[in-house]
Amino acid sequence: MSSEVYERIRKNPKFDELVSKRSRFAWTLTFVVLGIYFAFIMIVAFNPTALAAPIWDGGKATIAWPIGVSMILLFWLMTGLYVRRANSEFDDINAEIVKGAIE
Amino acid sequence: MNRGMLKFAAAALAVGWMGLAMAAPDVGQAQKQALNVHAIVMFFIFVLATLGITYWAAQRTKTASDYYAAGGGITGTQNGLAIAGDYMSAATLLGLTSMTYFQGFDGYIYCICFYVGWPFIMFIMAERLRNLGKFTFADITSYRLDQRQVRTVAAIGSLTVVVFYLIAQMVGAGQLIKLLFGMEYWMAVVIVGVLMVIYVTFGGMIATTWVQIIKACLLLGGGTLVMLLAFSQFGFSFEALATKAVENSKKGMALMAPGAFLSDPVTAVSLSLGLMFGTAGLPHILMRFFTVPNAKEARKSVFIATLCVGFFFTVVALMGLSAITIVGTNPQYFEGGDLAGKLVGGNNMPAMHLAHAVGGNLMLGFLSAVAFATILAVVSGLALAGASAISHDLYANVIRQGQATEAEEVRISKMSSLGLGVVAVLLGIAFEKQNVAFMVGLAFGVAASCNFPVLILSMYWKGLTTRGAIWGSIAGLISAVLIVVLSKAVWVTVLGNKAPIFPYEQPAIFSMPIAFFFAWLGSVTDSSVRAAKEKEAFEDQYVRAQTGFGAAGAASH
Repeated sequence: MSSEVYERIRKNPKFDELVSKRSRFAWTLTFVVLGIYFAFIMIVAFNPTALAAPIWDGGKATIAWPIGVSMILLFWLMTGLYVRRANSEFDDINAEIVKGAIE
Repeated sequence: MNRGMLKFAAAALAVGWMGLAMAAPDVGQAQKQALNVHAIVMFFIFVLATLGITYWAAQRTKTASDYYAAGGGITGTQNGLAIAGDYMSAATLLGLTSMTYFQGFDGYIYCICFYVGWPFIMFIMAERLRNLGKFTFADITSYRLDQRQVRTVAAIGSLTVVVFYLIAQMVGAGQLIKLLFGMEYWMAVVIVGVLMVIYVTFGGMIATTWVQIIKACLLLGGGTLVMLLAFSQFGFSFEALATKAVENSKKGMALMAPGAFLSDPVTAVSLSLGLMFGTAGLPHILMRFFTVPNAKEARKSVFIATLCVGFFFTVVALMGLSAITIVGTNPQYFEGGDLAGKLVGGNNMPAMHLAHAVGGNLMLGFLSAVAFATILAVVSGLALAGASAISHDLYANVIRQGQATEAEEVRISKMSSLGLGVVAVLLGIAFEKQNVAFMVGLAFGVAASCNFPVLILSMYWKGLTTRGAIWGSIAGLISAVLIVVLSKAVWVTVLGNKAPIFPYEQPAIFSMPIAFFFAWLGSVTDSSVRAAKEKEAFEDQYVRAQTGFGAAGAASH
C-alpha cells in the first residue's frame, strides 16, 4: 500500500528535483565545514606559529583565539542557513510531492 | 502508576540525604564544610524538582512511544537543549576548563574538535534519522536488513558504548562528589545510581528529557555567570585577560598558540574523526532525534544544540584563561599554599576554584550542585539508551521477533534500567581506584567505528546487505577495542606493562576504515537472494528518508 505511494513519489520529477537540490546544498555546506576545519587542523599540526601573530601590535592576545571563535560561529550560522532553506523551500516542495502521491 | 514505589524512592532518598548530611563533617577543613552546605542544599532542591518532574512524567507515560520517545511530543528547541545537555557532561565543564588553564589555546582546539561533529550531523544525518527511526538507531540500520542479526550487533554496539561511558561517569561522579560534598565515594555512586534508575523507570524519555533540559540551562547559566564575573576582573578586555594570563602562566606566550597537543598529525586527525563521528554514533544522542514530531523540528534541535555547545565551549575556554590569573596566583587554591605545587583537589579543579574566587562559597556550592546534576542527567540518558537497546532491540525484536506487546516491552525496559543501574553502581565502585579516562575514548571509538559506519551506510548506500552490516559492525568493534587496549592508556597505565604494543591512543583513523572496508566487502561478495531483496528495498527506504512519508509520527495526547 505505502509501497505504491513510494513508487508514485519516486516517479514524480519534482522528487528528483527536491533530492538533488537538497543534497547539493547539504553536501556543499558539509565540504565547506570539513575544508575549513581540516585546513585549520593542518595549520595547527604543521605550522602552529602562523596562529601566534598578535591581534594588536605589541599585544599578547593572538589571532588564534578570534579565528577559533569565528569558526564556531561560522559553522553554527551555516547550520542556521541549512535549517532556513530546508524548513521552508525544501519542505514546501516535499509537502507538495507527498500530497500529490496520496491523493 | 507506581505511586507507592515513587514514595518509597523519595523516602529512600531522604535517608540518603541524612547520611549525606552526617557524612559532611568528615572533610576536615572547616572552610570546606561551610561551602558544602550550599552545594548540598542546592543539589537537594534540584533532586526534589526533578523527582517532581518524574512524577508528572510518569502520569503521562502510557505507551511505548511515550516511554522511549516522549511520544514524539518534544519541540525542536526543547530537544536542542536536551541534546546539548547530553553532550555537555561534567567532564566538559571541569576537563576543558582545566585543559585551557594548563595548555591555553590547545584546550580550545580540543573544544573545536568536539564541536565540529554538529554541523555534520545537521547536514548529513538529522532529517534521515528522524524520517527512518522510531525508538532506537537500530530501527534505521535494520530497516531493510535482517532484523534479528542486525539488531543484535547494534545492541551490542550500543551497550558497549553505554557501559563504558557509564563507568567513566560513575567514577567521575564518585570522585567529584567525594571532593565537593565531602561524602563517601560509594555513597555518591549509590545516590547517582538510585536517582538514575528512578528517573528512567518511572519517567522514561519525558522525565529524562526534562532533567536534561533543566540541567543544560543550569550549566549554561552557571558557567556564563562565573565567566562574566571572572572576565569583569579584566574589564571585559580580552587583551588584558591574555596579557595577565601570559604573565602568570609557566607556559608564557606558548599559551596563546597551538602547542604540543596536536604536534602529532596522526593523533590529531584520529582524535578529530573519533570525536566527530563518535558523536554521530552515540546511542543516547541518536535516540533524541525520535522525540520530536518531524524532520523540521529535528533540524531545529540540531541548530539549538550546536549553538549551546559552541557557546558553552567558548565560555569554558574563557573560564580556563581567567583562572590562570585569578586562581593561579592565589595560594589559597594550592596545596600548602605553594604556587608552584599542586592545585587543591587535583588538576580538574580550576573551574571550581574560579567559581569560589569570583563568587564565594555560594557560587562554588552552586557550580558543584550543577556538576552533580550534570552527571545525573547524563547517566540517565545513557541508562535509557542502554535499556532501550535491551528491550526494544534484543527482547522485542530478536527474542520475541516482534510478537511482544508494548506493555511487555516497556516492562522489560524498566527491568533493564534497574539492571543497568546495579551494574553501573557495582562497576563504579570496582573501578574507584582506576584511571578511567580511556573509557570515554573507548566509548567514542566504539561509537565511531561500530555504530556510525553501518548507520551511515544503511542510509546512504543501496548496496549494504545484512552480511556487510554484521561484518562492518564487528570489525569496527573489535578493532576499536583492541587498539585502545594495546595502546598506552590501557596497556601501560592500567595493566602496568612497560611499553604499549600499539603506538597510537586514538583508534578512529584505523578502526573506521576497517569497519567501512568490511561492511563493503561483506556486502559486495553477498550474492544471496536475501541480499538482492535488501538492495531492492532501498528504494522505498530512500523515498521515506527523503520525504518523511510513513515516518513514525507524534502521538496524540
